[in-house]
Amino acid sequence: MATNKHIIHGIFGDEVPMMEACTKLRASGIRVKEAYTPMPIHGLDSLIGIPRTRLAICAFIYGLTGIGLATLMMWYMMVSDWPNDIGGKPNWAYYFNIPAFIPITFEATVFCAAHGMALTYLLRCMLVPGAKAKNPDPRTTDDKFMLLLDLNDVQSEKAKSILKESGAEEVNHMSTYVVEPKYILEETH
Amino acid sequence: MHAESEIRLPLIIGNKSYRQITDDIIAPIEGKAAKGWYTLTTICALCFLWGILCLAYTIGTGIGSWGSSNNVDWAWDITNFVWWIGIGHAGTLISAVLLLFRQKWRMAINRSAEAMTIFAVMCAAIFVLLHTGRPWLDYMLFPLPNQFGSLWPNFNSPLLWDVFAVTTYFTVSLVFWYIGLIPDFGMIRDRVIKPWQKKMYGFLSFGWGGSARHWSRFEEVSLVLAGLSTPLVFSVHSIVSFDFATSIVPGWHTTIFPPYFVAGAVFSGFAMVLTLMLVVRKIYKLEHYLTIKHIEYMNIVIIVTGSIVGVAYLTELFVAWYSGVEWEQYAFLNRATGPMAWSYWIMMSCNVLSPQLFWFKKIRTSIIATFILSIVVNIGMWFERFVIIVTTLCRTYLPSTWSTYTPSFIDVGIFVGTIGMFGTFFLLFSRYFPVIAQAELKTILKASGESQKKAVAEGRGHH
Repeated sequence: MATNKHIIHGIFGDEVPMMEACTKLRASGIRVKEAYTPMPIHGLDSLIGIPRTRLAICAFIYGLTGIGLATLMMWYMMVSDWPNDIGGKPNWAYYFNIPAFIPITFEATVFCAAHGMALTYLLRCMLVPGAKAKNPDPRTTDDKFMLLLDLNDVQSEKAKSILKESGAEEVNHMSTYVVEPKYILEETH
Repeated sequence: MHAESEIRLPLIIGNKSYRQITDDIIAPIEGKAAKGWYTLTTICALCFLWGILCLAYTIGTGIGSWGSSNNVDWAWDITNFVWWIGIGHAGTLISAVLLLFRQKWRMAINRSAEAMTIFAVMCAAIFVLLHTGRPWLDYMLFPLPNQFGSLWPNFNSPLLWDVFAVTTYFTVSLVFWYIGLIPDFGMIRDRVIKPWQKKMYGFLSFGWGGSARHWSRFEEVSLVLAGLSTPLVFSVHSIVSFDFATSIVPGWHTTIFPPYFVAGAVFSGFAMVLTLMLVVRKIYKLEHYLTIKHIEYMNIVIIVTGSIVGVAYLTELFVAWYSGVEWEQYAFLNRATGPMAWSYWIMMSCNVLSPQLFWFKKIRTSIIATFILSIVVNIGMWFERFVIIVTTLCRTYLPSTWSTYTPSFIDVGIFVGTIGMFGTFFLLFSRYFPVIAQAELKTILKASGESQKKAVAEGRGHH
């Protein structure tokens, strides 16, 4: 049987009631699809079940790439391709002049880690020049806090009352759509 | 939620709400510019134009048009380069090091301090690109084989390290700055009404939505970039100092240079931040966000770094004497008593004595005194580099090469031009970009806002 799904926006004037609403929704087994806030709110991501981002791991890998590239470059240019003897400091092997190679190895590490991570961040969030605004309600970049819910008939009625009793300024039923049963996944938390 | 002690002074004055922060930060963008803004921008743009003309003249005729000579082969160019790079350091220190130390007062100043960093490094780059003599061949600074033949640049040379350091520093600072700007551009996009503004800020905001997922990634990126930028701040000026320290010129060949340069860079950078912030605060009426407490904190950093610089000057003198090396001793004697002693004593009084005035609470919380002293410190720091470079090179090993130095009007013109460029860019930034990181500021409103703190103290607020 096809199921109705409802998109609900709960808009709050402050983060404290919004967090309360998240706690209560979670307690009654209702999943918050997304929250839109004007500033970062600590603890919100774990409350609505967003896994910890792995961007830092990416940065570490990019950093290692930087170390590798810099070492390879300097080894090739200074040792392999055209070994130089500068100021009585010959470059017959890489380890001869390692101290002199440290600054550039460091800079390349930082360069690759920072730019790699920044690019990954932008692409992961789909933040690209000219992209359409991703917040459904423009007030959420100013002073409003919004919870976005995507629920079935039973849950949506319950969610609406929870949002209202936690102090939402507005609870808006945005739209309803129908989902064929084969597309419905088990709701997990 | 983060709670803050009652005895700490509020960082946001007045009874502000999230909406008011938005309103106050967007005011310069939505409203008409003040008359003062037009006057300042015109002056700066004219200076910039003059600089461009002198720059074009230099490219056309060569660096013989400068005051530099055979023995004073680094002069105003490198003095200005080091000065500008140094100024940039405060921006990264504020946004990266103070983020790692969780200093909340950074949030009112980090955006403009980072902008300052970027513009200052651009000014520095002009000098370093020009001083090569044939700037159209500057691509050879990068690791390309000689004349596209087979000889590679020398990776044992600090000058090449400098290329990598400054490039990394500039691009990483730019990215760090822009990632912080995206949420604020998003806010502006959702607020402005004029179609061209909506379009422009919509483009600049990259489609920012402020969802919880984005924010958690945003915070992770900020933290890691801060962690990466912190060693970067220290490394860049250390490497700049290696340009001198690894040479055999007496007065340059000293191991104290890296820490001494870094402290000096932070010192002059904070002075420049203060100069700019005091103007911005006045023009855009941001007194509620850039409070006297912020000014006091920055002045404390100035006392600390200024004193480190002072100790470094004295250490240099002691080590020169104690080393027993006559060349080294003479280099310092020449700085303090030679024909250019005036520059040494300007440096000493501006950098060592003047910041000590900030020990008095009255002076470090006075806006006028801070403004004047911040300019004095920057003059002093310019002379520090002048003394290190020009005074030293005027008298090196061979007395028959000794000479004096006078800058040409082209030298002065390019320097004034970079000041004009810096000013023009900063003024444009302050008019069209959010000067305060409003999203970050909103996170500390409840803990550090004046009325919110009062409410908590009286037991009305929530923790």
